[in-house]
Amino acid sequence: MELDSLYQEVILDHYRKPLHKGLSAAKDIQVHHNNPSCGDEVTLNLIMDGQVVKDISWDGVGCSISMASASVMSDLLIGKEYKSAMVISDAFVELMQSKGKSSGDEQLLEDGVAFAGVSKFPARIKCALLGWMAFKDASTQVIA
Amino acid sequence: MSVDLSKYKKDFPVLARKVRGGNRLIYLDSGATSQKPESVIKAESDFYRTINSAVHRGAHLLAEEASEAYEGARENLAKFLGAKTDEVIFTKSATESLNMIAYSLGNPDSRFNVKSGDEIVVSQMEHHANLIPWQQLAKRTGAKLVWFSITDDGRLDLSNIDQIINKRTKIVAITHQSNVFGTIILLQEIVKAAHKVGAVVVLDACQSAPHFAIDVKKLDVDFLAFSGHKTLGPTGIGILWGKSEILEKIEPALFGGSMVDSVTMESATWAKAPRKFEAGVPNMAQAVGLSAAIDYLNVIGMKNIAEHEQELTRQLLDGLSEISGVNVIGPKDMKDRGGVVSFTVDGVHPHDVGQVLDQYGIAVRTGHHCAWPLMKRLNLVGTTRASFHLYNDSEDVNDLLAGIKKVKEYFKVGK
Repeated sequence: MELDSLYQEVILDHYRKPLHKGLSAAKDIQVHHNNPSCGDEVTLNLIMDGQVVKDISWDGVGCSISMASASVMSDLLIGKEYKSAMVISDAFVELMQSKGKSSGDEQLLEDGVAFAGVSKFPARIKCALLGWMAFKDASTQVIA
Repeated sequence: MSVDLSKYKKDFPVLARKVRGGNRLIYLDSGATSQKPESVIKAESDFYRTINSAVHRGAHLLAEEASEAYEGARENLAKFLGAKTDEVIFTKSATESLNMIAYSLGNPDSRFNVKSGDEIVVSQMEHHANLIPWQQLAKRTGAKLVWFSITDDGRLDLSNIDQIINKRTKIVAITHQSNVFGTIILLQEIVKAAHKVGAVVVLDACQSAPHFAIDVKKLDVDFLAFSGHKTLGPTGIGILWGKSEILEKIEPALFGGSMVDSVTMESATWAKAPRKFEAGVPNMAQAVGLSAAIDYLNVIGMKNIAEHEQELTRQLLDGLSEISGVNVIGPKDMKDRGGVVSFTVDGVHPHDVGQVLDQYGIAVRTGHHCAWPLMKRLNLVGTTRASFHLYNDSEDVNDLLAGIKKVKEYFKVGK
Protein backbone atom coordinates (compact mmCIF):
# COMPACT_ATOMS: atom_id res chain seq x y z
CA MET A 1 0.00 0.00 0.00
CA GLU A 2 1.16 3.52 -0.88
CA LEU A 3 0.82 4.46 2.76
CA ASP A 4 3.56 2.04 3.77
CA SER A 5 6.12 4.04 1.78
CA LEU A 6 5.29 6.97 4.07
CA TYR A 7 5.00 5.18 7.39
CA GLN A 8 8.09 2.97 7.29
CA GLU A 9 8.44 0.69 10.30
CA VAL A 10 11.60 2.61 11.26
CA ILE A 11 9.55 5.80 11.46
CA LEU A 12 6.83 4.22 13.57
CA ASP A 13 9.49 2.78 15.90
CA HIS A 14 11.09 6.18 16.42
CA TYR A 15 7.63 7.68 16.96
CA ARG A 16 6.76 5.15 19.67
CA LYS A 17 10.20 5.29 21.31
CA PRO A 18 11.75 8.64 20.45
CA LEU A 19 15.47 9.13 21.14
CA HIS A 20 16.91 12.09 23.03
CA LYS A 21 13.42 13.35 23.83
CA GLY A 22 13.24 15.33 27.08
CA LEU A 23 15.14 18.58 27.43
CA SER A 24 18.57 18.55 29.08
CA ALA A 25 19.20 20.85 32.06
CA ALA A 26 22.35 22.31 30.50
CA LYS A 27 22.36 23.99 27.10
CA ASP A 28 24.26 26.49 24.99
CA ILE A 29 21.10 27.52 23.29
CA GLN A 30 17.43 26.67 23.14
CA VAL A 31 15.26 27.20 20.08
CA HIS A 32 11.56 26.72 19.56
CA HIS A 33 10.16 25.98 16.13
CA ASN A 34 6.58 25.41 15.14
CA ASN A 35 4.61 24.62 12.10
CA PRO A 36 1.81 27.19 11.92
CA SER A 37 -0.22 25.24 9.39
CA CYS A 38 -0.63 22.18 11.62
CA GLY A 39 0.45 23.32 15.08
CA ASP A 40 3.38 20.92 15.52
CA GLU A 41 6.06 22.21 17.89
CA VAL A 42 9.64 21.32 18.71
CA THR A 43 11.86 22.81 21.40
CA LEU A 44 15.52 21.90 21.01
CA ASN A 45 18.51 22.24 23.36
CA LEU A 46 21.96 22.19 21.83
CA ILE A 47 25.37 21.89 23.46
CA MET A 48 28.44 22.40 21.27
CA ASP A 49 32.00 21.49 22.19
CA GLY A 50 33.96 23.78 19.90
CA GLN A 51 33.04 22.58 16.40
CA VAL A 52 31.51 19.33 17.65
CA VAL A 53 27.84 18.70 18.36
CA LYS A 54 28.11 17.50 21.93
CA ASP A 55 24.43 17.03 22.75
CA ILE A 56 20.99 17.54 21.30
CA SER A 57 17.85 17.06 23.34
CA TRP A 58 14.35 18.01 22.35
CA ASP A 59 10.73 17.96 23.28
CA GLY A 60 7.66 18.55 21.24
CA VAL A 61 4.17 17.67 20.15
CA GLY A 62 3.33 16.62 16.66
CA CYS A 63 2.55 13.89 14.20
CA SER A 64 4.48 10.66 13.79
CA ILE A 65 6.56 12.06 10.95
CA SER A 66 7.70 15.20 12.79
CA MET A 67 8.44 13.42 16.05
CA ALA A 68 10.23 10.47 14.43
CA SER A 69 12.28 12.82 12.29
CA ALA A 70 13.41 14.83 15.33
CA SER A 71 14.39 11.54 16.96
CA VAL A 72 16.43 10.37 13.95
CA MET A 73 18.01 13.80 13.53
CA SER A 74 19.21 14.07 17.12
CA ASP A 75 20.60 10.53 17.21
CA LEU A 76 22.39 11.02 13.91
CA LEU A 77 23.96 14.40 14.60
CA ILE A 78 25.17 14.03 18.19
CA GLY A 79 28.96 13.63 18.13
CA LYS A 80 29.35 14.93 14.58
CA GLU A 81 31.54 17.87 13.54
CA TYR A 82 29.43 20.94 12.77
CA LYS A 83 30.50 20.77 9.11
CA SER A 84 29.52 17.14 8.63
CA ALA A 85 26.26 17.77 10.52
CA MET A 86 25.50 20.43 7.92
CA VAL A 87 26.34 18.02 5.08
CA ILE A 88 23.95 15.45 6.56
CA SER A 89 21.30 18.06 7.15
CA ASP A 90 21.57 19.32 3.56
CA ALA A 91 21.35 15.76 2.27
CA PHE A 92 18.18 15.22 4.27
CA VAL A 93 16.62 18.42 2.93
CA GLU A 94 17.57 17.35 -0.60
CA LEU A 95 15.98 13.95 -0.02
CA MET A 96 12.77 15.64 1.14
CA GLN A 97 12.70 17.70 -2.06
CA SER A 98 13.26 14.68 -4.32
CA LYS A 99 9.54 14.03 -5.02
CA GLY A 100 10.05 10.32 -4.47
CA LYS A 101 12.88 10.04 -7.01
CA SER A 102 15.71 9.54 -4.50
CA SER A 103 16.14 6.78 -1.98
CA GLY A 104 18.82 8.68 -0.07
CA ASP A 105 22.41 7.91 0.88
CA GLU A 106 22.19 5.33 3.64
CA GLN A 107 25.87 5.75 4.55
CA LEU A 108 25.22 9.37 5.31
CA LEU A 109 21.61 9.44 6.52
CA GLU A 110 21.28 6.03 8.21
CA ASP A 111 17.70 5.77 9.59
CA GLY A 112 17.01 9.08 7.81
CA VAL A 113 16.53 7.25 4.50
CA ALA A 114 13.31 5.83 5.89
CA PHE A 115 11.82 9.25 5.23
CA ALA A 116 12.41 8.99 1.46
CA GLY A 117 8.71 8.18 0.95
CA VAL A 118 7.69 11.38 2.70
CA SER A 119 8.94 13.33 -0.31
CA LYS A 120 5.99 11.95 -2.30
CA PHE A 121 3.55 13.62 0.10
CA PRO A 122 4.08 17.40 -0.25
CA ALA A 123 1.96 18.21 2.80
CA ARG A 124 4.20 16.09 5.03
CA ILE A 125 7.63 17.40 4.00
CA LYS A 126 7.43 20.27 6.47
CA CYS A 127 6.63 17.75 9.21
CA ALA A 128 9.82 15.82 8.46
CA LEU A 129 11.90 18.99 8.38
CA LEU A 130 10.68 20.55 11.64
CA GLY A 131 13.39 19.13 13.95
CA TRP A 132 16.12 19.54 11.34
CA MET A 133 15.30 23.21 10.87
CA ALA A 134 15.41 23.69 14.63
CA PHE A 135 18.88 22.11 14.74
CA LYS A 136 20.10 24.23 11.85
CA ASP A 137 18.84 27.39 13.52
CA ALA A 138 20.38 26.51 16.90
CA SER A 139 23.77 25.40 15.58
CA THR A 140 24.14 28.37 13.25
CA GLN A 141 23.46 30.71 16.16
CA VAL A 142 26.04 29.02 18.38
CA ILE A 143 28.73 28.80 15.68
CA ALA A 144 28.15 32.42 14.62
CA MET B 1 -38.02 10.04 7.49
CA SER B 2 -35.03 11.88 6.22
CA VAL B 3 -34.97 13.85 2.99
CA ASP B 4 -33.44 12.16 -0.03
CA LEU B 5 -30.92 14.38 -1.78
CA SER B 6 -29.10 11.54 -3.55
CA LYS B 7 -30.09 12.70 -7.03
CA TYR B 8 -28.06 15.88 -6.61
CA LYS B 9 -24.71 14.19 -6.11
CA LYS B 10 -24.19 13.74 -9.84
CA ASP B 11 -24.34 17.53 -10.30
CA PHE B 12 -20.87 17.84 -8.74
CA PRO B 13 -18.26 16.83 -11.34
CA VAL B 14 -15.36 16.50 -8.89
CA LEU B 15 -17.22 13.84 -6.90
CA ALA B 16 -16.96 11.52 -9.91
CA ARG B 17 -13.17 11.41 -9.86
CA LYS B 18 -11.00 8.73 -8.40
CA VAL B 19 -8.40 9.60 -5.78
CA ARG B 20 -5.55 7.86 -3.97
CA GLY B 21 -5.63 4.10 -4.07
CA GLY B 22 -8.16 4.23 -6.94
CA ASN B 23 -10.87 5.03 -4.41
CA ARG B 24 -13.94 7.15 -4.98
CA LEU B 25 -13.70 10.62 -3.45
CA ILE B 26 -15.43 10.85 -0.09
CA TYR B 27 -15.37 14.57 0.43
CA LEU B 28 -15.90 15.50 4.08
CA ASP B 29 -14.19 18.89 4.11
CA SER B 30 -16.98 21.25 3.12
CA GLY B 31 -16.30 23.33 6.24
CA ALA B 32 -13.08 24.36 4.51
CA THR B 33 -14.59 24.74 1.06
CA SER B 34 -17.59 23.23 -0.65
CA GLN B 35 -17.62 21.51 -4.00
CA LYS B 36 -19.32 23.22 -6.95
CA PRO B 37 -22.23 21.98 -9.04
CA GLU B 38 -21.96 22.08 -12.83
CA SER B 39 -24.43 25.00 -12.97
CA VAL B 40 -22.05 27.19 -10.94
CA ILE B 41 -19.01 26.26 -12.99
CA LYS B 42 -21.00 26.99 -16.13
CA ALA B 43 -22.36 30.33 -14.89
CA GLU B 44 -18.88 31.53 -14.03
CA SER B 45 -17.35 30.45 -17.33
CA ASP B 46 -20.38 31.67 -19.32
CA PHE B 47 -19.77 35.13 -17.93
CA TYR B 48 -16.32 35.08 -19.53
CA ARG B 49 -17.61 33.45 -22.71
CA THR B 50 -20.52 35.77 -23.38
CA ILE B 51 -20.67 39.04 -21.43
CA ASN B 52 -17.22 39.67 -19.95
CA SER B 53 -16.68 43.39 -19.44
CA ALA B 54 -16.22 45.80 -16.55
CA VAL B 55 -19.49 46.47 -14.75
CA HIS B 56 -20.84 49.99 -14.22
CA ARG B 57 -18.55 51.41 -16.90
CA GLY B 58 -18.56 51.59 -20.65
CA ALA B 59 -21.31 52.48 -23.06
CA HIS B 60 -21.46 49.13 -24.78
CA LEU B 61 -23.81 46.17 -24.76
CA LEU B 62 -21.45 43.86 -22.90
CA ALA B 63 -21.00 46.35 -20.07
CA GLU B 64 -24.77 46.65 -19.84
CA GLU B 65 -25.30 42.90 -19.71
CA ALA B 66 -22.46 42.34 -17.27
CA SER B 67 -23.84 45.06 -14.98
CA GLU B 68 -27.29 43.47 -15.12
CA ALA B 69 -25.88 40.06 -14.27
CA TYR B 70 -23.79 41.46 -11.42
CA GLU B 71 -26.63 43.52 -9.92
CA GLY B 72 -28.97 40.59 -10.45
CA ALA B 73 -26.60 38.51 -8.36
CA ARG B 74 -26.79 41.12 -5.62
CA GLU B 75 -30.59 40.97 -5.65
CA ASN B 76 -30.48 37.20 -5.45
CA LEU B 77 -28.09 37.26 -2.50
CA ALA B 78 -30.25 39.86 -0.75
CA LYS B 79 -33.30 37.59 -1.05
CA PHE B 80 -31.26 34.69 0.25
CA LEU B 81 -30.53 36.69 3.41
CA GLY B 82 -33.89 38.39 3.75
CA ALA B 83 -32.10 41.71 3.22
CA LYS B 84 -32.48 44.83 1.11
CA THR B 85 -30.52 44.73 -2.13
CA ASP B 86 -28.41 47.79 -1.32
CA GLU B 87 -27.27 46.20 1.91
CA VAL B 88 -25.33 43.44 0.17
CA ILE B 89 -21.67 44.18 -0.53
CA PHE B 90 -19.51 41.91 -2.66
CA THR B 91 -15.99 41.39 -1.33
CA LYS B 92 -13.30 38.96 -2.29
CA SER B 93 -13.83 36.75 0.76
CA ALA B 94 -15.46 36.56 4.17
CA THR B 95 -12.05 37.38 5.64
CA GLU B 96 -11.99 40.58 3.63
CA SER B 97 -15.57 41.34 4.73
CA LEU B 98 -14.62 41.05 8.40
CA ASN B 99 -11.43 43.07 7.99
CA MET B 100 -13.28 45.79 6.10
CA ILE B 101 -15.91 46.16 8.75
CA ALA B 102 -13.33 46.12 11.54
CA TYR B 103 -11.51 48.89 9.77
CA SER B 104 -14.60 50.96 9.05
CA LEU B 105 -15.88 50.68 12.61
CA GLY B 106 -12.55 51.96 13.89
CA ASN B 107 -12.66 55.00 11.69
CA PRO B 108 -12.60 58.25 13.71
CA ASP B 109 -15.24 59.77 11.41
CA SER B 110 -17.95 57.35 12.40
CA ARG B 111 -20.14 57.33 15.46
CA PHE B 112 -18.80 53.83 16.02
CA ASN B 113 -15.37 55.38 16.43
CA VAL B 114 -13.72 52.76 18.62
CA LYS B 115 -11.29 54.32 21.06
CA SER B 116 -9.35 53.74 24.24
CA GLY B 117 -11.67 52.69 27.05
CA ASP B 118 -14.07 50.92 24.68
CA GLU B 119 -14.45 47.17 24.57
CA ILE B 120 -14.72 44.74 21.70
CA VAL B 121 -16.29 41.37 22.47
CA VAL B 122 -15.45 38.12 20.71
CA SER B 123 -15.53 34.49 21.83
CA GLN B 124 -12.97 31.80 22.50
CA MET B 125 -14.31 29.75 19.61
CA GLU B 126 -13.75 32.28 16.84
CA HIS B 127 -11.98 31.40 13.64
CA HIS B 128 -8.81 33.49 13.24
CA ALA B 129 -10.68 35.55 10.63
CA ASN B 130 -13.13 36.77 13.25
CA LEU B 131 -10.48 37.22 15.93
CA ILE B 132 -7.37 38.84 14.49
CA PRO B 133 -9.12 41.78 12.75
CA TRP B 134 -10.62 42.68 16.17
CA GLN B 135 -7.30 42.18 17.97
CA GLN B 136 -5.79 44.57 15.48
CA LEU B 137 -8.60 47.08 15.85
CA ALA B 138 -8.09 46.99 19.62
CA LYS B 139 -4.35 47.46 19.12
CA ARG B 140 -4.84 50.43 16.76
CA THR B 141 -7.37 52.20 18.95
CA GLY B 142 -6.39 51.28 22.50
CA ALA B 143 -9.73 49.51 22.98
CA LYS B 144 -9.83 46.33 25.04
CA LEU B 145 -10.59 42.92 23.57
CA VAL B 146 -12.71 40.73 25.85
CA TRP B 147 -14.28 37.38 25.14
CA PHE B 148 -16.85 34.79 26.06
CA SER B 149 -15.35 31.53 27.28
CA ILE B 150 -16.55 28.13 26.24
CA THR B 151 -17.88 25.27 28.30
CA ASP B 152 -16.19 21.88 28.29
CA ASP B 153 -18.84 20.48 25.95
CA GLY B 154 -18.07 23.12 23.34
CA ARG B 155 -20.85 25.61 23.95
CA LEU B 156 -20.60 29.32 24.51
CA ASP B 157 -20.53 30.24 28.20
CA LEU B 158 -23.02 33.07 28.59
CA SER B 159 -23.13 32.88 32.40
CA ASN B 160 -21.25 36.17 32.70
CA ILE B 161 -22.87 37.96 29.77
CA ASP B 162 -23.73 40.94 32.01
CA GLN B 163 -20.06 41.54 32.71
CA ILE B 164 -18.83 40.77 29.20
CA ILE B 165 -21.32 43.04 27.46
CA ASN B 166 -21.43 46.33 29.35
CA LYS B 167 -21.70 50.03 28.71
CA ARG B 168 -18.12 50.14 27.38
CA THR B 169 -18.93 47.55 24.68
CA LYS B 170 -18.89 48.94 21.14
CA ILE B 171 -18.75 45.78 19.05
CA VAL B 172 -19.74 42.16 19.59
CA ALA B 173 -18.24 39.92 16.90
CA ILE B 174 -19.36 36.34 17.13
CA THR B 175 -19.56 33.18 15.08
CA HIS B 176 -22.95 31.76 14.12
CA GLN B 177 -21.66 28.19 14.03
CA SER B 178 -18.31 27.00 15.32
CA ASN B 179 -16.07 25.71 12.55
CA VAL B 180 -14.48 23.31 15.05
CA PHE B 181 -17.40 22.05 17.17
CA GLY B 182 -20.36 22.60 14.89
CA THR B 183 -22.09 24.37 17.80
CA ILE B 184 -24.79 26.76 16.63
CA ILE B 185 -24.80 29.94 18.68
CA LEU B 186 -28.22 31.16 19.76
CA LEU B 187 -27.99 34.87 19.21
CA GLN B 188 -31.08 36.33 20.80
CA GLU B 189 -29.63 36.99 24.25
CA ILE B 190 -26.36 38.32 22.86
CA VAL B 191 -28.03 40.65 20.35
CA LYS B 192 -30.41 41.95 23.00
CA ALA B 193 -27.59 42.68 25.44
CA ALA B 194 -25.45 44.33 22.76
CA HIS B 195 -28.20 46.57 21.45
CA LYS B 196 -29.19 47.56 24.95
CA VAL B 197 -25.78 49.20 25.40
CA GLY B 198 -25.67 50.59 21.85
CA ALA B 199 -23.12 48.10 20.51
CA VAL B 200 -23.22 46.59 17.04
CA VAL B 201 -23.25 42.84 16.42
CA VAL B 202 -21.07 41.40 13.67
CA LEU B 203 -21.94 37.82 12.76
CA ASP B 204 -19.50 35.40 11.15
CA ALA B 205 -21.94 33.28 9.16
CA CYS B 206 -19.32 31.29 7.22
CA GLN B 207 -20.45 27.98 8.66
CA SER B 208 -24.15 28.78 8.87
CA ALA B 209 -25.28 30.60 5.73
CA PRO B 210 -24.16 27.73 3.44
CA HIS B 211 -26.13 25.18 5.46
CA PHE B 212 -29.37 26.59 6.80
CA ALA B 213 -31.77 29.43 6.08
CA ILE B 214 -30.73 32.84 7.34
CA ASP B 215 -32.96 35.84 7.82
CA VAL B 216 -31.02 38.91 8.86
CA LYS B 217 -34.17 40.68 10.03
CA LYS B 218 -35.03 37.89 12.42
CA LEU B 219 -31.44 37.59 13.64
CA ASP B 220 -31.40 41.37 14.11
CA VAL B 221 -27.60 41.48 13.87
CA ASP B 222 -25.98 44.58 12.33
CA PHE B 223 -23.39 43.00 10.06
CA LEU B 224 -22.96 39.55 8.63
CA ALA B 225 -20.17 37.97 6.60
CA PHE B 226 -19.92 34.72 4.70
CA SER B 227 -17.91 33.27 1.86
CA GLY B 228 -19.06 32.23 -1.59
CA HIS B 229 -16.76 29.25 -1.86
CA LYS B 230 -18.27 27.51 1.17
CA THR B 231 -21.74 28.10 -0.33
CA LEU B 232 -21.18 26.02 -3.51
CA GLY B 233 -20.00 29.21 -5.23
CA PRO B 234 -16.62 30.13 -6.71
CA THR B 235 -13.58 31.27 -4.76
CA GLY B 236 -12.78 34.97 -4.80
CA ILE B 237 -16.22 36.15 -3.73
CA GLY B 238 -17.45 36.98 -0.25
CA ILE B 239 -20.45 38.75 1.18
CA LEU B 240 -20.65 41.57 3.65
CA TRP B 241 -24.16 42.48 4.65
CA GLY B 242 -24.87 45.50 6.85
CA LYS B 243 -27.98 47.34 8.01
CA SER B 244 -28.51 50.21 5.60
CA GLU B 245 -28.79 52.87 8.30
CA ILE B 246 -25.34 51.89 9.57
CA LEU B 247 -23.76 51.45 6.13
CA GLU B 248 -24.84 55.01 5.39
CA LYS B 249 -22.91 56.32 8.36
CA ILE B 250 -19.60 54.48 8.14
CA GLU B 251 -16.58 55.21 6.01
CA PRO B 252 -15.28 52.67 3.52
CA ALA B 253 -11.97 50.90 4.08
CA LEU B 254 -10.92 50.55 0.45
CA PHE B 255 -10.69 53.46 -1.96
CA GLY B 256 -10.41 53.80 -5.72
CA GLY B 257 -12.53 53.65 -8.84
CA SER B 258 -16.28 52.96 -8.82
CA MET B 259 -16.87 53.92 -5.22
CA VAL B 260 -16.96 57.68 -5.67
CA ASP B 261 -19.59 60.34 -6.10
CA SER B 262 -17.18 63.10 -7.11
CA VAL B 263 -13.43 63.57 -7.11
CA THR B 264 -11.10 66.57 -7.19
CA MET B 265 -7.32 66.67 -6.88
CA GLU B 266 -7.69 67.31 -3.16
CA SER B 267 -10.56 65.12 -2.07
CA ALA B 268 -13.43 62.83 -2.94
CA THR B 269 -16.94 61.98 -1.82
CA TRP B 270 -18.46 58.53 -1.84
CA ALA B 271 -21.22 56.87 -3.78
CA LYS B 272 -24.07 55.38 -1.78
CA ALA B 273 -23.83 51.88 -0.33
CA PRO B 274 -23.17 49.27 -1.57
CA ARG B 275 -21.02 50.95 -4.25
CA LYS B 276 -19.18 52.94 -1.58
CA PHE B 277 -17.71 49.66 -0.33
CA GLU B 278 -16.80 48.16 -3.70
CA ALA B 279 -13.69 49.97 -4.92
CA GLY B 280 -12.21 48.73 -8.18
CA VAL B 281 -13.57 46.33 -10.77
CA PRO B 282 -15.29 43.66 -8.66
CA ASN B 283 -15.10 39.88 -9.00
CA MET B 284 -17.98 39.82 -11.43
CA ALA B 285 -17.87 36.30 -12.81
CA GLN B 286 -17.57 35.03 -9.24
CA ALA B 287 -20.57 37.05 -8.08
CA VAL B 288 -22.58 35.62 -10.97
CA GLY B 289 -21.29 32.13 -10.11
CA LEU B 290 -22.35 32.58 -6.49
CA SER B 291 -25.77 33.70 -7.64
CA ALA B 292 -26.08 30.44 -9.60
CA ALA B 293 -25.11 28.60 -6.41
CA ILE B 294 -27.90 30.38 -4.53
CA ASP B 295 -30.37 29.37 -7.28
CA TYR B 296 -29.19 25.80 -6.93
CA LEU B 297 -29.56 25.84 -3.14
CA ASN B 298 -33.02 27.40 -3.44
CA VAL B 299 -34.23 24.62 -5.73
CA ILE B 300 -33.26 22.01 -3.15
CA GLY B 301 -34.35 24.18 -0.24
CA MET B 302 -32.19 25.25 2.70
CA LYS B 303 -34.56 23.49 5.08
CA ASN B 304 -34.04 20.17 3.30
CA ILE B 305 -30.29 20.68 3.24
CA ALA B 306 -30.22 21.42 6.96
CA GLU B 307 -32.34 18.34 7.72
CA HIS B 308 -30.17 16.14 5.53
CA GLU B 309 -26.98 17.32 7.23
CA GLN B 310 -28.58 16.82 10.65
CA GLU B 311 -29.33 13.23 9.72
CA LEU B 312 -25.72 12.58 8.65
CA THR B 313 -24.38 14.28 11.77
CA ARG B 314 -26.56 12.12 13.99
CA GLN B 315 -25.35 9.00 12.17
CA LEU B 316 -21.71 10.06 12.55
CA LEU B 317 -22.03 10.93 16.25
CA ASP B 318 -23.73 7.59 16.92
CA GLY B 319 -21.04 5.72 15.00
CA LEU B 320 -18.14 7.53 16.67
CA SER B 321 -19.57 6.83 20.12
CA GLU B 322 -19.25 3.13 19.38
CA ILE B 323 -15.55 3.21 18.53
CA SER B 324 -13.32 3.00 21.60
CA GLY B 325 -10.55 5.58 21.91
CA VAL B 326 -12.39 8.07 19.72
CA ASN B 327 -13.45 11.32 21.38
CA VAL B 328 -15.88 13.80 19.91
CA ILE B 329 -14.68 17.34 20.61
CA GLY B 330 -17.74 19.54 21.00
CA PRO B 331 -21.42 18.77 21.53
CA LYS B 332 -22.10 15.04 21.51
CA ASP B 333 -25.83 15.47 21.04
CA MET B 334 -27.85 17.07 18.28
CA LYS B 335 -29.04 20.09 20.24
CA ASP B 336 -28.12 23.31 18.41
CA ARG B 337 -25.40 21.80 16.31
CA GLY B 338 -24.66 21.68 12.60
CA GLY B 339 -22.86 19.27 10.30
CA VAL B 340 -19.32 19.76 11.55
CA VAL B 341 -17.83 17.05 13.76
CA SER B 342 -14.37 17.22 15.33
CA PHE B 343 -12.80 14.21 16.98
CA THR B 344 -9.53 12.79 18.21
CA VAL B 345 -8.22 9.24 18.14
CA ASP B 346 -6.23 8.24 21.24
CA GLY B 347 -2.57 7.64 20.42
CA VAL B 348 -2.75 8.94 16.85
CA HIS B 349 -1.97 12.52 15.86
CA PRO B 350 -4.72 14.17 13.75
CA HIS B 351 -2.37 14.60 10.83
CA ASP B 352 -1.71 10.87 10.81
CA VAL B 353 -5.44 10.15 11.09
CA GLY B 354 -6.04 12.33 8.04
CA GLN B 355 -3.23 10.69 6.11
CA VAL B 356 -4.57 7.17 6.59
CA LEU B 357 -8.12 8.29 5.75
CA ASP B 358 -6.78 9.92 2.59
CA GLN B 359 -5.45 6.54 1.52
CA TYR B 360 -9.08 5.38 1.41
CA GLY B 361 -10.25 8.43 -0.53
CA ILE B 362 -11.64 10.18 2.54
CA ALA B 363 -10.89 13.90 2.58
CA VAL B 364 -11.05 15.46 6.06
CA ARG B 365 -9.47 18.48 7.67
CA THR B 366 -6.83 18.05 10.36
CA GLY B 367 -5.04 20.47 12.65
CA HIS B 368 -6.10 23.54 14.58
CA HIS B 369 -8.74 24.72 12.06
CA CYS B 370 -7.57 28.33 12.26
CA ALA B 371 -8.76 28.36 15.87
CA TRP B 372 -5.46 28.06 17.69
CA PRO B 373 -6.59 29.75 20.94
CA LEU B 374 -9.46 27.28 21.12
CA MET B 375 -7.10 24.32 20.73
CA LYS B 376 -4.94 25.69 23.56
CA ARG B 377 -8.04 26.08 25.73
CA LEU B 378 -8.86 22.42 25.08
CA ASN B 379 -5.23 21.29 25.56
CA LEU B 380 -5.27 19.77 22.11
CA VAL B 381 -2.72 19.97 19.32
CA GLY B 382 -5.57 19.65 16.87
CA THR B 383 -8.47 17.51 15.82
CA THR B 384 -9.67 15.64 12.80
CA ARG B 385 -12.80 17.26 11.40
CA ALA B 386 -15.48 15.90 9.12
CA SER B 387 -17.92 18.41 7.69
CA PHE B 388 -20.88 17.84 5.41
CA HIS B 389 -22.80 19.42 2.61
CA LEU B 390 -25.84 18.36 0.66
CA TYR B 391 -23.88 15.97 -1.59
CA ASN B 392 -22.75 13.72 1.27
CA ASP B 393 -24.66 10.61 2.10
CA SER B 394 -24.95 7.84 4.61
CA GLU B 395 -22.41 5.74 2.70
CA ASP B 396 -19.83 8.51 3.17
CA VAL B 397 -20.40 8.35 6.92
CA ASN B 398 -20.09 4.55 6.95
CA ASP B 399 -16.85 4.76 4.97
CA LEU B 400 -15.48 7.33 7.39
CA LEU B 401 -16.34 5.16 10.38
CA ALA B 402 -14.68 2.17 8.70
CA GLY B 403 -11.70 4.37 7.87
CA ILE B 404 -11.25 5.40 11.50
CA LYS B 405 -11.16 1.73 12.49
CA LYS B 406 -8.44 1.21 9.89
CA VAL B 407 -6.50 4.16 11.36
CA LYS B 408 -6.53 2.42 14.72
CA GLU B 409 -5.37 -0.85 13.17
CA TYR B 410 -2.61 0.85 11.21
CA PHE B 411 -1.19 2.59 14.25
CA LYS B 412 -1.93 -0.41 16.47
CA VAL B 413 -3.88 1.53 19.07
CA GLY B 414 -6.78 0.23 21.15
CA LYS B 415 -9.16 -2.48 20.07
